[in-house]
Amino acid sequence: MTNTETPTETRHVLSVLVDNEPGVLSRVTGLFSGRGFNIDSLTVAETTDPAISRISVVAPGSETILEQIKKQLNKLINVHKVTDLTAAPHLERELALIKVKAKQEDRAEILRIVDIFRGQVLDVGALEYTVEVTGDYDKIQAVLDLFARMGIVEVARSGVVALVRSKKGEK
Amino acid sequence: MKHYTGAQILMKCLEAEGVDLMFGYPGGAVIDIYHELDASNIRHILVRHEQAAVHAADGYARASGKVGVALVTSGPGATNTVTGIASAYMDSIPVVIFTGQVPTALIGNDAFQEVDIVGITRPCTKHNFLVKSSKDLVKSVAQAFHLARTGRPGPVVVDLPKDIMQAREPFHYPESVQISGYRPRYRPHVGQLRKAFDLIAKAERPLIYGGGGLISARASGDLTRFARKLSIPVTLTLMGLGAFPGDDPLWTGMLGMHGTYTANMAVAECDVLIAIGARFDDRVTGKVDEFAPKAQIIHIDIDPCSIQKNIRADVPVVGDCLSALQTLNVFADEMDAMDWPSRRKDWLAAVQGWKSDRPLNYTQDPEGPIKPQFVVESLHRLTKGKAIVATEVGQNQMWAAQYYHFKSPNSFLTSGGLGCMGYGFPAAIGAALARPDRIVIDIAGDGSIQMNIQELATAVQHNVPVKVAILNNRYLGMVRQWQQLFKDGRYAGTNMEAAPDFQRLADAYGAVGMRATKPEEVELVIKQALAIKRPVFMDFWVDREENVYPMVPAGKPLTEMILT
Repeated sequence: MTNTETPTETRHVLSVLVDNEPGVLSRVTGLFSGRGFNIDSLTVAETTDPAISRISVVAPGSETILEQIKKQLNKLINVHKVTDLTAAPHLERELALIKVKAKQEDRAEILRIVDIFRGQVLDVGALEYTVEVTGDYDKIQAVLDLFARMGIVEVARSGVVALVRSKKGEK
Repeated sequence: MKHYTGAQILMKCLEAEGVDLMFGYPGGAVIDIYHELDASNIRHILVRHEQAAVHAADGYARASGKVGVALVTSGPGATNTVTGIASAYMDSIPVVIFTGQVPTALIGNDAFQEVDIVGITRPCTKHNFLVKSSKDLVKSVAQAFHLARTGRPGPVVVDLPKDIMQAREPFHYPESVQISGYRPRYRPHVGQLRKAFDLIAKAERPLIYGGGGLISARASGDLTRFARKLSIPVTLTLMGLGAFPGDDPLWTGMLGMHGTYTANMAVAECDVLIAIGARFDDRVTGKVDEFAPKAQIIHIDIDPCSIQKNIRADVPVVGDCLSALQTLNVFADEMDAMDWPSRRKDWLAAVQGWKSDRPLNYTQDPEGPIKPQFVVESLHRLTKGKAIVATEVGQNQMWAAQYYHFKSPNSFLTSGGLGCMGYGFPAAIGAALARPDRIVIDIAGDGSIQMNIQELATAVQHNVPVKVAILNNRYLGMVRQWQQLFKDGRYAGTNMEAAPDFQRLADAYGAVGMRATKPEEVELVIKQALAIKRPVFMDFWVDREENVYPMVPAGKPLTEMILT
């Protein structure tokens, strides 16, 4: 691309429908690594049609890069459809399991945060709590920021899954 | 229903696809296939290295317009094909490669001669298949051929486990192939083409920049008609050479790093650039920000990925070159009253001026060493420009591109994208088998020819009368040229003092060897070689430090050419 404009990096959520076959995920991830594209998160699971899987990818990049990513994904024979959800109203959720240090004096605060963010405590240990939080990217980030003060022992995040919002009002 | 073994079914598939010739090298994992191949009507060309099998299939495909086929065994047989596959991928050449594989039960066990060739070739094939069930065999083969030849063509690997070749199934070949995730767009959007045409019609200084897509799409006739009708000068990429006649007054020569002064100046000065079946490779654009700075760009390509990748196109058109040019010609016919030549007078005069001021040039001193350009021009003259020319990679490739003046498509075979030394000789063998009516010449360097020199035995065994013109300077000439120009003349690792005696080497293989060391011997050697219906090595001892000019240093704008 003619580099007169400074490319601004934005975060895109792509939903990719692919054949549910061995090797397909590696074609998709190989495309990202081989062409120097980054992946922030990636999830994959079967759809209602067992022959088709949905891959949700969060990828950062300029508009130009994203256009290439979408075209290159579409070029893969096993890819049926690529949708950039970021362009349209969409729903986005991620689940995080957070193991947070639970000192005596912090326990009430942890429970309050879990309550505010509508999470739940899954496990209580002698020194730490394991908390489940579900939400969009910003919400998970906010919880992690709040827990940082108490000390986060470990985090497991599911990666983002997303769907386009349904049309409202008249059909 | 009658049942057949997998190997028998494979042969039936190949026959259904119209395959009459393939290149290969046997081994344990494909022994069942070879057993049936021997009983079939398909001719097998036994190569001496699997890389050459793929290059030969590639050359066969380019010269014939059909899909080339290669068959190799598992493990090392499969890994040896990778360079050939990568080259065919970069140049969008339809090739189907069958690799043997260990039995399905052993896959993943590090069995003898096992390799994950589907994993290895994933990034350098259009698609690939591991046939894990005998029920999928026919479908996979049919899809492989369909994918290889349609859309933007490319190589497809089909990995065949040994037990699948032994299992019995009924045979039925599908009439047509449907792949749901694969819908190449052939017919371009007419509105976009109309926009493109209006831009061209209004242009003061239009230039056509065509690439290999013109040859894949068999669009050179329509391109030539369009350019002549509207009086538009034409430049082509290395891959496009032959798509427009090299003796037409509108021809500017190749563009890019070793393009002509005319072509590169025309790119710099044009106001509308019509890119057709080309992909703005860095060897074409030079410094991309300063490429065609005054032009609005129309980009026609069958692969949407090529559009807006390196250069921003003002009018992008996704579709195949043939279909696009046919429609553009219809639009052109509607404007029959237009006097295009007089409208373009100033622009054509400028192009003509560059051509006469700065043509490609060299001087052959009758007493001095042979100039490599003189060898290529002599080949052109003595074959009346009608040979199929394959090249290796480096200086030999560029001189062939500059001085053979290609007039027709499917006549220039070169590893353009990958730049793969060792390509030319096996590709020439493939081309000669595809087109026994044509003279086939490999223009080689002394370095490149040694990368697949073992194929002399293939040419001799199958009596393929290819002619190899070795421009022998005992250097890896192109790298040496860069070292001379940009690395203070330090010739690190490029001196090939210990080259073999190519004349005696050809004799040793049972081919014919010849040599010219003085300019006056060149013509005689070529004439004799062309008269012999056997493989011939012509060893031309050329000026050791001759350079390829013009040259745009890597990363510089096209107007910054080193001319001599």
